[in-house]
Amino acid sequence: MTVDPSLAELSDTLFSIAVALYSVAVVAFSAQLAFGRRPARQLVAAGGGAGGGAGGTAPAAPARGDRFGLAGLAVTVLGAAVHTGVLVTRGMAADRLPWGNMYEFATAVVLVGVVVYLVLAVRIPAVRDIGAFVLAPVVISLVAIGLFLYTETGPLVAALRSSWLAVHVSTAILGFGIFFVSGIASVLYLLKLRSDARGADADGSFLSRLPGAVTLDRVAHRTAVFGFPIWTFAVIAGAIWAESAWGRYWGWDPKETWAFIAWVVYAGYLHARTTAGWRGRPAAWVNVIGLAVMVFNLLYVNMVSTGLHSYGGLD
Amino acid sequence: MSTVAPPRPAAVPPPPARPSLGARAWGQWLRWWRRLTAMRTAIVLLFLLALAAIPGSLLPQRSLNQNAVRQYFADHATLAPVLDRLYAFDVFSSPWFAAVYLLLFVSLIGCVVPRLAEHVRALRAAPPPAPRRLPRLPDSGELATPLPGPAALDVVEEELRVRRFRVVRRDGVAGPELSAEKGSWKETGNLLFHLSLVALLLGLAGGKLWGYEGSILVTEGRGFCNAFQQYDTHSSGALVDSEDLTPLCVDLVDFEAQYEEDLTAASYTADIRYGGPDEEGAPATIGVNDPLRLDGDRVYVTGHGYAPRFTVTLPDGTAFTDVSAPFLPTEQATMSSEGALKLPDLGAGVEDQLAIEGFFAPTGLMQGGVLTSIDPRPLNPQVAIRAFEGYLGLDSGLPQSVYSLDASQIERGRLAQVGSANLAVGETLTLPDGTAITFTGVDQFAALQLSHDPGQVWVLGASIALLAGLLALLLLRRERFFARVGPAPGGGTVLTVGSLTRGGGDSATSFAELTGRLRAALDERSPTPSAPPTGGAAPEPEVSPRDR
Ligand code: HEM
Repeated sequence: MTVDPSLAELSDTLFSIAVALYSVAVVAFSAQLAFGRRPARQLVAAGGGAGGGAGGTAPAAPARGDRFGLAGLAVTVLGAAVHTGVLVTRGMAADRLPWGNMYEFATAVVLVGVVVYLVLAVRIPAVRDIGAFVLAPVVISLVAIGLFLYTETGPLVAALRSSWLAVHVSTAILGFGIFFVSGIASVLYLLKLRSDARGADADGSFLSRLPGAVTLDRVAHRTAVFGFPIWTFAVIAGAIWAESAWGRYWGWDPKETWAFIAWVVYAGYLHARTTAGWRGRPAAWVNVIGLAVMVFNLLYVNMVSTGLHSYGGLD
Repeated sequence: MSTVAPPRPAAVPPPPARPSLGARAWGQWLRWWRRLTAMRTAIVLLFLLALAAIPGSLLPQRSLNQNAVRQYFADHATLAPVLDRLYAFDVFSSPWFAAVYLLLFVSLIGCVVPRLAEHVRALRAAPPPAPRRLPRLPDSGELATPLPGPAALDVVEEELRVRRFRVVRRDGVAGPELSAEKGSWKETGNLLFHLSLVALLLGLAGGKLWGYEGSILVTEGRGFCNAFQQYDTHSSGALVDSEDLTPLCVDLVDFEAQYEEDLTAASYTADIRYGGPDEEGAPATIGVNDPLRLDGDRVYVTGHGYAPRFTVTLPDGTAFTDVSAPFLPTEQATMSSEGALKLPDLGAGVEDQLAIEGFFAPTGLMQGGVLTSIDPRPLNPQVAIRAFEGYLGLDSGLPQSVYSLDASQIERGRLAQVGSANLAVGETLTLPDGTAITFTGVDQFAALQLSHDPGQVWVLGASIALLAGLLALLLLRRERFFARVGPAPGGGTVLTVGSLTRGGGDSATSFAELTGRLRAALDERSPTPSAPPTGGAAPEPEVSPRDR
């Protein structure tokens, strides 16, 4: 199992291209916010029937802002394709699944986040307007991943050579990526509530062009509802793997502990959403804390604490 | 099954209060109970549980790493004992952690059991009567039809039954009405999910009480039997009877570690024989991710290392041939290892004890007089050893590590260094008194672990049930649909319809779709269409706008 250096190099090049494309998308989405006059769903005339999907609203005659938005979306799609290429070439270079260390894991999580955003943007037109707020964290995350987590392509350590890698890590990546978008929606919801309370709707700030608070809150909730069972499955699969790899299914290893904490926080979020006194702002904060826990689990637990999960590939 | 639900008995007003002491205590208790089983309390307890787990990941834990705890005590001499009294190094077995999750589970049971009873009742009862004012429901609308009321309701009922609603018709105050419901699996999933959590906790607790595990380093050619005295370390649940351990012995026949070209460890495999104490033993190969699974017991390879062999020849000619001790790897990448070989009994008449402490390199390289290892494979085994003579302190009553010498004996001068050398295989260090220590070669050892956890199958079953319940709870939705007929101003009938949905998805869209289908069905049965049948498309139902 030797590493193919030219493929590994190609992967690194694609990584830079993906970051560049996403940066272009951020610019386009920002232009959309700057030039679009009002949130898209109020701009468009109902009817026309071109939308088809949920809501069924489609621009009758795209304004300048909308054209920027569509361009941003197109560049994002291109970026996601290149981003997929980063992982595919990595996997081919080392002839294995491309999530054997932190660099690959985090890169895959961000890709899932982008894809979740794109799916939402296609299905709920109002969500397109949050493009800048999704893509900017994406660019920042990728740059940080490239700078601090980069690991040379290499073979997997013995403990990771198991079909559970495909099951456990893939679902963890999926769950994390979905929570990423959910957390961003909750942050925007909180910002939106604040700007609404200040009556800033008319002043033309970026926030006033976001979808309504209700939509943001719903997007956050739906994505979390989608991510929670996946995360639950990832934790269960991890426990099953731990039983055959480490001799026990649960041992409060730091990674396990933080996965549990994240699970409890997201369960708390789903409860809070249906409990009087917790709806709205407090629930959104719980979701934001959930994302913070996920990020902490990725960074702190791999880089600072030592445990059985220390496969990060960083010394 | 158009049964009418039996009228529910009206709530009996409570008897005039006679506040006896018992009644007041009971009332107080009830109030506390309600507060504990409220969802708000459950949320707070959930967050407390998350908070309580945090110190367990930030501070070293005895259950994970005894050495790290010892190190913490050494580094924080004043703080550590205080933390220790708060169970900070045993968070997950501490009384306060247990208090949080037990309260949470009491809250959960108190919340779920009444809902379970309610759900069982609701499954058998007819859907509830239509609310008095249907237009107040989140989704509602009106449909006009020339059909007479009962016939219109027949059409609606048929359409709903095709969509697997349970339907009941009643004669309400305001006219004939219909209630329908589907999706009770959502609530079933909810209950399954929450009850699975309880089952999971019970399985976990059972495994802790009746389970045990033991670890031991076994050199090739040796073995162990399942008894607590034999293990290097072991832990066992409160209800484990040490007489009752599975009678099982395991011999390590051969151990092999394979590496990639870049020296990443690719696999470890141990060829073992296992069986009862007096049996020949069956062969098996175990390795990383691939334990030996017997009925209720598992045997794992959790690590490996090298045990250098020495032959020690005393001045009088007495020889200890090929004695060895496992050296623990200090660096996995190169398998540099450290350890000690102790010879407390050198034979009759010899008072001094002998020990060798040192560093082992599977592929040694001398760099500036210092031995380092450059490869994890045993290509050029070398040791850097120091020899000591004197009193080892093994019978002093204080426990000491088998992997190092007792530093306090050296400090007190009871154990003195008498020589040191870097040796390749076959080389000899001769001590001043004439004792010769020859490095004769190296064996591999495997760290083996035997685990017994009778609860884990339950935990797995509970987890699967939990996931199934969760999926049903989150993905399904419960829909209630109501219809009431009244006369239309210009003759014919007006159907007022409304629905109440719990669970994900866009209820307005599906309501619009359903009412569209109802209108089409009504039109089909009508002698003359209620709306001009132009264009073929069903006219839009009048759906009340909803949070747009
Ligand atoms: C370990 C603790 C618990 C976890 C992980 C948990 C998890 C969940 C989850 C994920 C949901 C789905 C929420 C949704 O549909 O949006 C839920 C629903 C629910 N839980 Fe829990 N729960 C726990 C404890 C409790 C307790 C203690 C109670 C009662 C006091 C409770 C009562 C409920 C109720 C009533 C619902 C239904 C909410 C609804 O769909 O309207 N749960 N629970």
